[in-house]
Amino acid sequence: MSISSLLSASAPTTTRRTFIKVTTLAGAGFLVGCGDSSSVEPAATAGPAAAPAAEPVAFNAFVKIGADNKVTVIVKHLDKGQGVTTGLPTIVAEELDAAWSQMAWEFAPADTARYANLALGLQGTGGSSSISNSWMQYRQAAAAARAMLVQAAAERFGVAADSITVADGILREPGGRSATFGELAEAAGAVTPPAEPALKDPTSFKLIGTHVPRLDSVAKTDGTALYTIDVTRPGMLTAVVAHAPKFGAKVASFDASRARAVPGVVDVVQIPTGVAVLAEGFWPALKGREALAVTWDESGAEKRGTAELIEQYTALAGTPGLVAHNDGDAVGALAGAAKRIDADFVFPYLAHASMEPMNCVVELKPGECEIWTGSQFQTFDQTTAAQIAGVAPEQVKINTLFAGGSFGRRAVPDSDYIAEAVTIAKAIDGRAPVKLQWSREDDMRAGKYRPLHFHRVSGGIDANGDIVAWSQRVVGQSIVKGTALESFLVREGIDASSVEGAGTPYAIPNLRVEVHHPDVGVPVLWWRSVGHTHTAFATEVFLDELAAAAGKDPVEQRRALLKDHPRHLGVLNLAAEKAGWGTPLPAGRGRGIAVHESFGSFVAEVAEVTVGSDGTFSVDRVVCAVDCGIAVNPDVVRAQMEGGIGYGLSAALREEITLADGAVEQSNFTDYMPLRISDMPVVEVHVVPSTAPPSGVGEPGLPPLAPAVANAIRAVTGKPIRRLPLGERMPV
Amino acid sequence: MAISFMLNGAAVEHDGDPAMPLLWFVRDRQGLTGSKFGCGVAMCGACTMHLDGTPMRTCVTPVSAVAGKSVTTIEGLSSPAGRAVQEAWRELDVVQCGYCQSGQIMSATALLEQNSNPLDEDIDAAMQGNLCRCATYHRIRAAIHLAATRLTG
Repeated sequence: MSISSLLSASAPTTTRRTFIKVTTLAGAGFLVGCGDSSSVEPAATAGPAAAPAAEPVAFNAFVKIGADNKVTVIVKHLDKGQGVTTGLPTIVAEELDAAWSQMAWEFAPADTARYANLALGLQGTGGSSSISNSWMQYRQAAAAARAMLVQAAAERFGVAADSITVADGILREPGGRSATFGELAEAAGAVTPPAEPALKDPTSFKLIGTHVPRLDSVAKTDGTALYTIDVTRPGMLTAVVAHAPKFGAKVASFDASRARAVPGVVDVVQIPTGVAVLAEGFWPALKGREALAVTWDESGAEKRGTAELIEQYTALAGTPGLVAHNDGDAVGALAGAAKRIDADFVFPYLAHASMEPMNCVVELKPGECEIWTGSQFQTFDQTTAAQIAGVAPEQVKINTLFAGGSFGRRAVPDSDYIAEAVTIAKAIDGRAPVKLQWSREDDMRAGKYRPLHFHRVSGGIDANGDIVAWSQRVVGQSIVKGTALESFLVREGIDASSVEGAGTPYAIPNLRVEVHHPDVGVPVLWWRSVGHTHTAFATEVFLDELAAAAGKDPVEQRRALLKDHPRHLGVLNLAAEKAGWGTPLPAGRGRGIAVHESFGSFVAEVAEVTVGSDGTFSVDRVVCAVDCGIAVNPDVVRAQMEGGIGYGLSAALREEITLADGAVEQSNFTDYMPLRISDMPVVEVHVVPSTAPPSGVGEPGLPPLAPAVANAIRAVTGKPIRRLPLGERMPV
Repeated sequence: MAISFMLNGAAVEHDGDPAMPLLWFVRDRQGLTGSKFGCGVAMCGACTMHLDGTPMRTCVTPVSAVAGKSVTTIEGLSSPAGRAVQEAWRELDVVQCGYCQSGQIMSATALLEQNSNPLDEDIDAAMQGNLCRCATYHRIRAAIHLAATRLTG
């Protein structure tokens, strides 16, 4: 089980009338979703006032129903775009037989005992597990609440419980009398919950698998959605930190006299990660930082550059590593192969570069630490903050807010930016609430990158062109080594997240995967789809190279090697069919395919590219087929595939963090250049109907994209692509 | 001397650092937080507001540059084109994380106020400065077309 980054599932369109009803309600849901919104002093005074309703009745940890007939779902996961604030309410509304228009939500507090991610064993969001781990838990919670409402209705009407029917939030008895959820909430809340509530047969689902509108669309289109950067507290100071120019460097000395003279600057404090300037707002804090003079002690810093690291990784790849996978005798079979191909692949460090640079608001009081942030690992964030603040973990209150993207960046075992914020608040003795706000440059240079990876792959084919041997050595930093997760995720020295997806699941008789985990002083972290970001590329591109060497069609090749993997085959065949695989294309255009399983889901993508005679190229169209089990909200599944494709293409085209003498060379979107609208291909997503339990969607759309594009370019140019990013130009 | 201008139809004054970017004046001093900070160098568009109807990256626009002018933020968006864009965004569920979307909507509204029937190329040109890391781009294209249809239909 790998922990990792991102997203999961949820929502869709509807008639104008229901749309208006729902969006009105969604606004209310948002206000509730901000927790104690009045105390957060969000931005403007604009926005609808929350209805002054009596305290809603909590049926369990996940479902509350108010006398106003509103059903509030407690969302235990962070939303960073994946749609979980729609997905979990959909599951609850389904089992409750509620009307979609009465659904609202709020983020759960930090409370690991009640709100743990059942796939991770801690409260947190990652591994594309928001829906999959919650699926049975939220169904059962909603079914229990429904049974309690039914029992209350039976008692009120004096009829048998099994004669009550429920639809669209209304309970009816055979004689025609009826009651709403809101009317029965108080009585139902006193009913003993059933031990094993009956769940619906999936064939009777009314909302799951259909198109319901996202509950966050209104707040995210009128400026009222609340992110960490929007939080204001009385007397709050904004902190901007001067960080070391190299990883591992420390403050030797600093002179803050000019910084303190900047109007609006209130204080300057040294902290372990640098020097923090506190001011009345971001702008004076930034000006104050510019006026700081800091001398750094680089004696313990990482000083290697990218070229040096790649050279060292290449040398390591020539030596035996830890054996992660071993079927048959790959070495012997390679020696006896009719034809052998060797390929080295290089993948750069990547920044998450979420639109909202990292930030956190902290308020310290005696025996109390309150935090507002897009918390993705509440359990770790709470523990770390408690240690720094000198309080017990349960004295740390975390208000989880919308995150302006994450892609894994906010799921940090050492809670880096949250720890930094609490440290600053502590350094000023808690005398003012502190908002730590990183600039884009801070965010770009603070590390926690997708690790640089090098793969050496050797393959052998026999006289029939069948693959008889596959040997792969993976070199890259372990993501969890040295973190609290190491003991759970590293086995016999191998971080499974470095090799997940390598070589498998193809029917190759002799398959060997080895790994080296070099120590480098660059902080690394999961980045949308984690190891699959590079293993899928090496595997799918090299497979195409072997197919080409054997004169085989890439789709036929995969079909033959996947005959015992029906779900892989299902998406492979669907994507190929929808893309018109095998139909002629004009000169200069090509198609490439890749299929990959990650986070329990199966995705195949066909990319169509145009390569000009000068080597410039464009990605014109991507056809995607996904099997993610039951699609709770098919439109959100489509959105996540579109997003995974865009994020993957962005990295494949231009993204790269490079080091010169250990210092990061990129700083902002001027030199780390994500996908823009003109780069975005036409995307078609086809969701495979399924009765399997839901699996991930936030990440699985990404891994097949880059290899599909590379395979398409090679189909035109005949030249293999073994290094990312692709850059602007291909060899022709 | 204080700098005064119109913000969402109301007169406001700034008597601090005239070089302070409009974005921070609006967010930190006026408490309107719908416009976002993403890069600080006019490369992402999250901070986009309208200056006399024209889209502007306010993270690099000093407050002094808008003296006497009229600024509109997402909170003050009320034109027919603005409403049509917001409704189209909701109908197609464009948003994912949502952080860049105020800026996207401000740029899209300005486009439709200049060009009632934009082609894909027009959309790409007008929206090129607005990054979206969730890559909601092709829904943005579709939503702008939908809004255009509603406005002209």
